[in-house]
Amino acid sequence: MKVNLEQVNKTFSKGKDDSLHVLNDIDLKIEAGEFVSLLGPSGCGKTTILNLIAGLDHPTSGEVIVNGEKVKKPGTDRVVVFQQGGLFPWMNVMDNVTYGLLLKKMSKKEAEEKAMEGLRMVHLGNFTQAFPHELSGGMKQRVAIARSLVMDPDVLLMDEPFAALDEQTRIILHQELQEIWEQTGKTIVFITHNIREALTLSERVLLMSTRPGEIKRSFTVQAARPRDPSDSVLVNLEKRVMGELEEEMEKVLKEEFGDDYRFKTSAVRDRNRDHMGDHI
Amino acid sequence: MIVIVTIWEIISKTNLFPTFMFPPLLIPNEPGGTTVLGTFVDGLITGQILEATGVTLGRLLIGFSIAVVLGLTFGFLIARYKWVDDTLGFFVTALQSIPSIVWFPLAIVWFGLGNLAILFIVAIGATWTMTVNSSTGFKNVPSIYLNAARTLGSSGTHLARTVILPASVPHIISGLRVAWAFAWRAIMAGELFGAAGGLGYLLDMGRSLQSMDLVLSIMIVIGIIGTIMDNQVFLRMERNVSRKWGLGT
Ligand SMILES: Nc1ncnc2c1ncn2[C@@H]1O[C@H](COP(=O)(O)OP(=O)(O)O)[C@@H](O)[C@H]1O
Ligand SMILES: [Mg+2]
Repeated sequence: MKVNLEQVNKTFSKGKDDSLHVLNDIDLKIEAGEFVSLLGPSGCGKTTILNLIAGLDHPTSGEVIVNGEKVKKPGTDRVVVFQQGGLFPWMNVMDNVTYGLLLKKMSKKEAEEKAMEGLRMVHLGNFTQAFPHELSGGMKQRVAIARSLVMDPDVLLMDEPFAALDEQTRIILHQELQEIWEQTGKTIVFITHNIREALTLSERVLLMSTRPGEIKRSFTVQAARPRDPSDSVLVNLEKRVMGELEEEMEKVLKEEFGDDYRFKTSAVRDRNRDHMGDHI
Repeated sequence: MIVIVTIWEIISKTNLFPTFMFPPLLIPNEPGGTTVLGTFVDGLITGQILEATGVTLGRLLIGFSIAVVLGLTFGFLIARYKWVDDTLGFFVTALQSIPSIVWFPLAIVWFGLGNLAILFIVAIGATWTMTVNSSTGFKNVPSIYLNAARTLGSSGTHLARTVILPASVPHIISGLRVAWAFAWRAIMAGELFGAAGGLGYLLDMGRSLQSMDLVLSIMIVIGIIGTIMDNQVFLRMERNVSRKWGLGT
């Protein structure tokens, strides 16, 4: 087992006696080589879970175990691809990608060779001297993926990496990410609020509920790769996930707008056709 | 520019004021008389103005460098430790509002009238703005850069050198620019009182010799140096950084 969260709770304190219980008794097991998506509405605690696995934050109670060892601080065995990429704007593409490699005491030459390898994998071999602001959103995310991959991490953590991209670019990057996963066999934890994205990419989708965040359901996706969104397995699964989510959304909306709020399911269903399930 | 020069020349030639008070810029009032341009060129040739400029810039560079090092250090400590922020951070705002020449009496008592006293007020005039700007820069490093670097294995001084410092560069540059302006004003005030060479001292000498052509020549030098530093050095630095990082336009 690669990643193991046991009875993890996370509470943020806001001021003196106000606190926010974000994660409630999270139990999560991820096998080596698995591609798992965490799906849930904004604010349900997805990023918080990822930060705990990355070691960027600590659980209030419970244990986070990666490779049989308790996570205490960030480590290069768990690298994160952030939503906005997190590339350093003062470094060109090559320096960004070799940043972590040089920290591993690798020689500059060796690091650059390895970086080239990674950049070719995301089809950016010709952009080594470009600065991040000269790249499109999709290219930036590719560089961020390359920067993480070259570190050869045990677990690749991705926090809504494609959420800010246009749909065409996103579809292409879904394709590339699936290929990368098949080639490298990395364990990937992928965060998204987009149902179709989760179903297209992962082996298993963990649906989260909100306030406090819990893992509500787990869906196994048994569709052939490369995946086609019109595949009947995916279409059926999408309906089931939707059903579960509607309950969750109703709860959230009632909390926000009061008890007399009537949630119109059909409206969301219709919109959903055109928007790749990107509606929560 | 031309208009101002022309008006100046006319006033100077009306003999409303004695020539030593209102010397002509270009054309002497009597054959062989003084002009500002003449004195300026003479001063450059004999080396009087050049030498004074050298002395001033030398002091400025030392004082400014001290201020930058101190400012960056204080700024880092303020950003890093809450208790430094609560103590020093609080005082810096007050210190920043004290014109640096106000320190001069103290400086003379501590260091005697001379180089050290002047260096002291230059440094103290520039340190606090540098501190404020750099601490703002350090405090506002986007956490995504810090987190990205940490997951890639960076920490401690490596993190400070490769992420915190470069991410603060825009704030630091604007800090340098303002600090330089403060240092520049401080050194002029210091040299006027300090009597130990330099442009300010020459200015004071011009005053006591009642030679306004010398005074005006020095003012021109001061204006030129100030403009060059601001436009050629700091503005260019700012533009380079924003271009390279894709900030602004
Ligand atoms: N450092 C923090 N301090 C206080 N509250 C936080 C902090 N980080 C996240 N939160 C809160 O925790 C909740 C979950 O946040 P997050 O994990 O970012 O959600 P998601 O990624 O699913 O959108 C949100 O309500 C957010 O406001
Ligand atoms: Mg998030």
